[in-house]
Amino acid sequence: MRITQGCFSFLPDLDDTQITAQVEYCLSRDWAVGVEYTYDPHPRNTYWEMWGHPMFDLKDAKGVMMELEACRKAHPEAYIRLVAFDSTRGFETVTMSFIVNRPNDEPAIRMVRTEVDGRSIRYTHSVLR
Amino acid sequence: MKDDAMDADTETPRPETVDLKAEYEASGVREILDELDRELIGLAPVKARIRETAALLLVERARKSMGLSHETPTLHMSFTGNPGTGKTTVAMKMAGLLHRLGYVRKGHLVSVTRDDLVGQYIGHTAPKTKEVLKKAMGGVLFIDEAYYLYRPDNERDYGQEAIEILLQVMENNRDDLVVILAGYADRMENFFSSNPGFRSRIAHHIEFPDYSDDELLRIAKHMMDEQNYALSPEAEAAFVDYIGLRRTQPHFANARSIRNAFDRARLRQANRLFTEAAGALDGAALSLIDERDIRASRVFRGGLDSEVARKEAGQ
Repeated sequence: MRITQGCFSFLPDLDDTQITAQVEYCLSRDWAVGVEYTYDPHPRNTYWEMWGHPMFDLKDAKGVMMELEACRKAHPEAYIRLVAFDSTRGFETVTMSFIVNRPNDEPAIRMVRTEVDGRSIRYTHSVLR
Repeated sequence: MKDDAMDADTETPRPETVDLKAEYEASGVREILDELDRELIGLAPVKARIRETAALLLVERARKSMGLSHETPTLHMSFTGNPGTGKTTVAMKMAGLLHRLGYVRKGHLVSVTRDDLVGQYIGHTAPKTKEVLKKAMGGVLFIDEAYYLYRPDNERDYGQEAIEILLQVMENNRDDLVVILAGYADRMENFFSSNPGFRSRIAHHIEFPDYSDDELLRIAKHMMDEQNYALSPEAEAAFVDYIGLRRTQPHFANARSIRNAFDRARLRQANRLFTEAAGALDGAALSLIDERDIRASRVFRGGLDSEVARKEAGQ
């Protein structure tokens, strides 16, 4: 099942030229770009592993692409995303995030309904491999 | 950006002829070269080399547009010369030049020394060097006093690791960044002979000559002009003497020594005005540097006190 999280995830996967263009956009807004990866794409898994530090003070997207390449090499079967952090006072948050690498075989996410307290329903999602 | 340009080349028909003059005008290279001529005094051989390099790059770009060449020429350079001969300033101009010609995408200059590249403990160097390289991508990496990277007396020195990473990036990312190594001529020569990998990857060796006394005086006047100071005729004569004397003393650093001399002259001028002035001062008095402000320098008494003491002890 195709995991959809962050920007562009309903579009076909971005190729490297397109990723570079997106990173250029982020850098033009003075956002710091970081690379993160995970093997657990559960929607509630907000904090992915960081691949190195977020990159401040970059002028060109090539620096990010080098890190992304290194991360892909080390974790070809992981989900990898780029996150752009806006440090403007008052925002100080991730403003953009998109998936740039997926495993060949993506896990499914299954929803389970449980009846509690009379007829109320609790929903639980689990990742199935 | 450059990739886009290349894609466009394959789509549009290649031009049959190329007008180099028009290209030259359109690229904005002329502005940079004119700026170089205007702002940098002396340095004739350096300017000639830069002009040649610019011409080569322009022709190379034209050849590329006609499909005659595909390889990016090697642009890594080494600047050798004594301290204060304008290596960093020229590197900055070079970054602008390469950007105008489309050989680097962003045209910023990242200036580093050994401390920024070499780590303190095992495993610290590679991330540190890579961090710097990432910042320099799309621009020019200027490594000042590059020979400190290599310490022949300590074979476990981490500098070697930084050198290896640098060499690899200089080879593989030729489209992404240009590396300029700078330092004193003799020590750079040593550095290159013990690291042959660098010599073969650097195409342009540019030597910065020392400034003549006359050029140094013009530089001094230029600096003063910029900050709205003026020399009285006697002070100018004193400054000529100063330059001649300063050159023979140790730690002479060309234009940098002149800048320091100017700063100290300002200090003395301010002090003189403060102690002597009675009543209102006009703008001319505030910006005039007097003979006394120059003659009070220690250079006229044989240099720093420690140097004088050493000389006397020696005799």
